[in-house]
Amino acid sequence: MARHDPSKAAASGGNFEALHLDRITRRFHNMVALNELSLTVRRGEFIALLGPSGCGKSTALNCLAGLMPLSGGRIMLDDRRIDTLPPERRGFGMVFQNYALFPHMSVRKNIGFGLMMRNVPEKEAARRVNETLDLVQLQAHADKLPGQLSGGQQQRVAIARAIVVNPPLILMDEPLSNLDAKLRLEMRHEIRRIHHEVQRSTIYVTHDQDEALSLADRIVVMQDGVVQQIGTPEQLYNAPANLNVARFMGYRNVIAFDACSPLDGRRMQVHRNGVTLNATLQGDVAGHRCTVAIRPDDLRIGDPENDPEGANSLDGRVIEVEYCGRDWLVDVDTAIGVLHARIPQAATPGQRIRLVLPADRVLAYPQGRDAAMAVAAE
Amino acid sequence: MTQDTLKGNPALDRTLGLLWSSVVWGFMGFFLLNMVGIIGSVAVNSVATRWLRSWLPDGYTFRWYSSAWAEFQLGEVLTVTMQVVLAVVLISALIGVPAAYALARREFPGKRAVMLLFLLPLLVPPITYGIPLATTLYQFHLGGTLTGVILANLVPTVPFVILTMTPFIEQIDPRLEAAARVFGAGTFSVFRHVLVPLLAPGILAACLLVLVRTIAMFELTFLTAGGDSQTLVVALYYSVFAAGVRAGQSVDAMAVLYMLTTLFWLVIALRFVDPTQIVARVKKQPKGA
Amino acid sequence: MTSSNQTAWGHAWGRLTGSARRGGDDAPAPFDRTLLLLVPGILMVVLLFVYPFAYGLVLSFTPAEGGPFKNYVEFFSQSRLWGTIFTTLWLALPSTILNIALAVPIAFKMRVPFAGQRLLTTALVVPITLGTVLVAEGLLTYLGPQGWFNRILMAGHLIAQPLQLTHNYWGVMLSLIITGFPFAFLLILSHVTGIDPSLGNAAASLGARPFAQFRHIYLPLLAPGLAMTFCLVFVQAFSVFPSAVLLGAPAGPTRVISIAAYEAAFESYDYSMASAIAMVMGAVQLIIIVAVLVARGRFYRGPASGGKA
Repeated sequence: MARHDPSKAAASGGNFEALHLDRITRRFHNMVALNELSLTVRRGEFIALLGPSGCGKSTALNCLAGLMPLSGGRIMLDDRRIDTLPPERRGFGMVFQNYALFPHMSVRKNIGFGLMMRNVPEKEAARRVNETLDLVQLQAHADKLPGQLSGGQQQRVAIARAIVVNPPLILMDEPLSNLDAKLRLEMRHEIRRIHHEVQRSTIYVTHDQDEALSLADRIVVMQDGVVQQIGTPEQLYNAPANLNVARFMGYRNVIAFDACSPLDGRRMQVHRNGVTLNATLQGDVAGHRCTVAIRPDDLRIGDPENDPEGANSLDGRVIEVEYCGRDWLVDVDTAIGVLHARIPQAATPGQRIRLVLPADRVLAYPQGRDAAMAVAAE
Repeated sequence: MTQDTLKGNPALDRTLGLLWSSVVWGFMGFFLLNMVGIIGSVAVNSVATRWLRSWLPDGYTFRWYSSAWAEFQLGEVLTVTMQVVLAVVLISALIGVPAAYALARREFPGKRAVMLLFLLPLLVPPITYGIPLATTLYQFHLGGTLTGVILANLVPTVPFVILTMTPFIEQIDPRLEAAARVFGAGTFSVFRHVLVPLLAPGILAACLLVLVRTIAMFELTFLTAGGDSQTLVVALYYSVFAAGVRAGQSVDAMAVLYMLTTLFWLVIALRFVDPTQIVARVKKQPKGA
Repeated sequence: MTSSNQTAWGHAWGRLTGSARRGGDDAPAPFDRTLLLLVPGILMVVLLFVYPFAYGLVLSFTPAEGGPFKNYVEFFSQSRLWGTIFTTLWLALPSTILNIALAVPIAFKMRVPFAGQRLLTTALVVPITLGTVLVAEGLLTYLGPQGWFNRILMAGHLIAQPLQLTHNYWGVMLSLIITGFPFAFLLILSHVTGIDPSLGNAAASLGARPFAQFRHIYLPLLAPGLAMTFCLVFVQAFSVFPSAVLLGAPAGPTRVISIAAYEAAFESYDYSMASAIAMVMGAVQLIIIVAVLVARGRFYRGPASGGKA
């Protein structure tokens, strides 16, 4: 694939330093689908927009592509304002959820379409299409129609068609959601490989946190049109900014505590039903009440000798066991409620076990109104 | 490597786009304006005392309506029209819906031939098959009778019901019927409790479309009707054909009555179907799952 | 169908798949009684459509006097008869081409739903539902020498004398546009909206301006629908009858083939000749339709969506 001379950013291809989304907003009638999203995408960066359906992530992507007008805010490519341009003048590459391959054109023609629109001379276009066909390993299928390809192959054509025009930015709208589980893993790997090879800035919309975690350099978590957190996969996974993000990142144990008392720094104590736990404060102010989030993987089995009761350990009775291959998922009834834990050994319902909750993995969120609602919904 | 550049320039594109939009909307406006002119001419003339050499008539009156009613025996014509239309709607639904069900749910050898058989009367224009059909009906002494008119009108309407209902029934999940049977429903119960409620909107839409089409069906009725089996549109044709025999206003009064009848049913039909379905097929409803 | 020794599920499955083989491998295939529902429909079409057509065909070869081909020989040797084919084509082909040429770009422009789209399509459906007789009567007044159309043109000093637009070729032509354009537009609109809009978006994201989207994406995918629309609009125009009589000059320039057939049947009572003319009319329509469909076969056909749903 072509590497680029650092010339000025043009409508298509070429380099840029950063894409700035400046408080972009989209309203439908009275509903705010996307509220003041601000984000700077650096060259070559892979950004995932993550959130449940209806969270505004697809709206954001469509606004970026120019398929939907903005209700407010600006989009700048370096110092050039682009949100006023129609989609065909932005020069971005886009991979659609249903691939949107032109059903009447061969794979080769599909991939070459963007080049034709740019008046690229035939010989050069043919060469670039061939290079891209090699990149996505579709040389053998170049003259087939999309309808004759498998889902994974169609996906590759869609990606090839978007990258062959050297776009400054590639937009991907849930590209893997139509594939079965096995193929999805394969294509995820493929997308990462292609991204490393072409080094294009990419914005990738998904509702699957595994996809986002494994692909992205940075993740934008959204809910109800509002950005919840922007950060690296590690930041999101280890320190979700709020309960919404925590839930999305697999913190299945969410428990409301009646009282909190700060210790030092970010360490604090939380109390419920006579149980006191050491926890780590997330967020800024510790209120009187807080909600605690713990991932099942972070709980471990304690033994009565080394883990005395009270030192962030709880006794409970196993009520449900689910075998997951490498480990077991158990529901344990404890003094603070039922906890989900992922443990490396078998257990039987009725068995009494001791769970240890590492203080740095017990995340305490000051309980605002949102958190209270989140708990009520549980 | 050289930079790719996009074709055209944005300013020119925008101007061309604007120009194009105005041409499209201009044409649409011109077309609709002429339509208003056509319908308006008829409506205005029907209430004109005298309308020659001027933009608008000299005076206005409703007397043409009473004279048209008497002169053209409109009471009788309307009765015939209603009888024909009702019979055609009922019979085509009764024949068409079960046939559509069989076509939607069964695969059998010769299915394509049967589909083609039902498609042909819709593709071949009425005037082409109307003449042999009228000849045949006269052979069986049905020509010129009410029965003959009804039979002739069934030729396009039964296939119309079948071809609009088949896709409608196909999109009803057959597992719903299977489920009803698993829970012990017999053929009649499946029909009564599962199919009819699900099909009702489609049947209603198809019936209304047949109704509107039959009121306006000129050729077949014209070729097969006798003196006392004319529908409104045929009576209108004869009165326009014999222009000069009656006052033009009288003819237009009848035309207005015809318009009102048609548009009344059209408005009702449009509550249940999309305008494009008048020419295309009944819209698929979301799956009943 | 209702034999009780079947399990309920097997029974339901049989109904689902319509498989004739149920109740053991050796059981003879029972007749599927659901197919009986087709009988009334088939019977009706056969008796009222196929039989009359066949009867008409036979009748056309059995004239009251002369050999079997007398009617056809007569038709093709008298210019006032064979000429009607060209008179009709001269009306039907230009009006069909014009209606489609107008309808395609406008339908493309209006493919995206907009406020008032339903109102517009409703307005367009009105002339179709009113039918040709009423449109002819309206046009007689509206396009007449004292009608509003000529008055507006004269008031705007575009013309000095009223245009002669009724009782000639132009009156029939205009009536074919008034009813044919909305018909073509609505048919094409339903085809255009059937094309996956993400294809247009994909083309736009790759730099295709609206015209390029139209030329490279919509037009090729629309081709089968266009062929079908052409056939329907053409067949309708070719069988023009009431407006050719009321609004044209039925003795001369708009003596279309259906008038010839009607006169043969109901004025000379020569049903044999009338049937022959109807058969010729059907044959010409068939030839044009086959030509269009053969041409269509050279285009892409298949789903108009861009991948898995």
